[in-house]
Amino acid sequence: MSSQIIVTGVNKVFRTPEKDVVALKDINITIEPGQFVCLLGPSGCGKSTLLNAVAGFSLPSSGTITASGVPVTGPGPERGMVFQEYALFPWMTVAQNIAFGLEVKGLGKAEIAAKVDSLLDTLSLKDFRNRYPKDLSGGMRQRVAIARVLALDSPIMLMDEPFGALDALTRRNLQDELLRIWKAFGKTILFVTHSIEESIYLADRIVVMTYRPGTIKRDQWVDIPRPRDPADPAFNELKRELGRLVMEEQQRHAADELKLAAVD
Amino acid sequence: MKRFKTILHGLIVPVILLVIWEACARAGLVSEVVLPAPSAVALKWWQSLLPAQPFDPAAGTYLAWAFSGELLHDAYASMFRVLVGFAIGAGLALPAGLLMGANPRIYDLFNPLVQVLRPIPPIAYIPLAILWFGLGNPPSFFLISLGAFFPVLMNTIAGVRHVDGIYLRAARNLGVKPLTMFTRVILPAATPYILTGMRIGIGTAFIVVIVSEMIAVNDGLGFRILEAREFMWSDKIIAGMITIGLLGLALDVAMNTLNNYLLRWHRGLEH
Repeated sequence: MSSQIIVTGVNKVFRTPEKDVVALKDINITIEPGQFVCLLGPSGCGKSTLLNAVAGFSLPSSGTITASGVPVTGPGPERGMVFQEYALFPWMTVAQNIAFGLEVKGLGKAEIAAKVDSLLDTLSLKDFRNRYPKDLSGGMRQRVAIARVLALDSPIMLMDEPFGALDALTRRNLQDELLRIWKAFGKTILFVTHSIEESIYLADRIVVMTYRPGTIKRDQWVDIPRPRDPADPAFNELKRELGRLVMEEQQRHAADELKLAAVD
Repeated sequence: MKRFKTILHGLIVPVILLVIWEACARAGLVSEVVLPAPSAVALKWWQSLLPAQPFDPAAGTYLAWAFSGELLHDAYASMFRVLVGFAIGAGLALPAGLLMGANPRIYDLFNPLVQVLRPIPPIAYIPLAILWFGLGNPPSFFLISLGAFFPVLMNTIAGVRHVDGIYLRAARNLGVKPLTMFTRVILPAATPYILTGMRIGIGTAFIVVIVSEMIAVNDGLGFRILEAREFMWSDKIIAGMITIGLLGLALDVAMNTLNNYLLRWHRGLEH
């Protein structure tokens, strides 16, 4: 089954007592198997809303999403999610966290152990297998979260600003790791970020979104060969271009906030 | 070495107080009945710890003899009541709290009743307990389990209700079904609260056991110190009180050790 994501005519409206907020308006995207797509935009542009809709946590008000040919009706292990807050289970050790999804799947003990071992190896977590998440750095925790999703063998990986809370060096390190994993495992990745540089460094394709209502402002392909160098002229040219787009939306966001503050 | 110093430091005030107390008693400043000297209390404590009769192989094993002292017998009786009462109270409160915490309907159904019953101190149930259960251990078990029930219940409810939504989302994403969600995610996430409830509950149980022993039974530390009052044996009263204090401390230390073990993953407990 192809790991394609098709988003068709998706709208999402959040109803509040005061007013309805249109978070997503008429979103149409088709993400081909094996593509690495970044959703880019300022906060409030609905990029996380779209990701949550694909994940099945918060279904669209109208429109359809299909993943690997199946309509999305709720969360599921075939669309593994990596959260910004890591969301590791703190009462489980690193190995137990990675094994949990496999136990839920009903795999045998030996199979789980072998898989956990290989993933610990893949993400250089061998020495931490019996540690609890509280004893790990942010970067290590996110490695475990990635391993947990890889364990599911899901063709699709959803990532919600996974490296947002990390320092610059750890972030670059994990970005490289992610690219390696993406290549090795052939995943389809939908990755939310507000960092322009991160999106250019990682993605095949960057979808820039507008601030309320969330629509697609630009569907940008990145042709720069990997490994990409952020100091490269082509990289910088794209960065300038996308920066301009994102700034326009950011300014609308800021203006909106000022208006809200004035009303208060 | 540092530890030794800390212990030494902590002993200064108690030792000074003991010396003053002993001096006052020896100087005859206070009557022996009102406040016996600490040395007399210590002696009494030691005497009641030891077996009353000399060892007789015909009567039983050496071990049974060694533990036949009045104090040990009473301490055992009190501890037994605390543990049985606590097991009943917490054993009922835990599933009830899990249900109430997890299911808003059940919560709405039972919460008003809980709120009305909760403020009634277990001690206020003494008359009813005697009417219902007569004398002996049963009314004690009832009162102690009541004392343990509400702290465990309230904390379990709070624990389940406060489970961070991100864990639930992550688990649903992994494909976790409701039952597994409950046993592998909600329950462990709520453990810090539940254990806090248990710690408060066992503390209350320990208070209630002493009171309940003053009314309906004829052994246990609570009974023993009340009995000593009849004979105006104040040294025995204080010796009993000290034993109660030591047992309470032991329970708390045991609870704390269990806490630290079960919550070794918990952020708040980094040492």
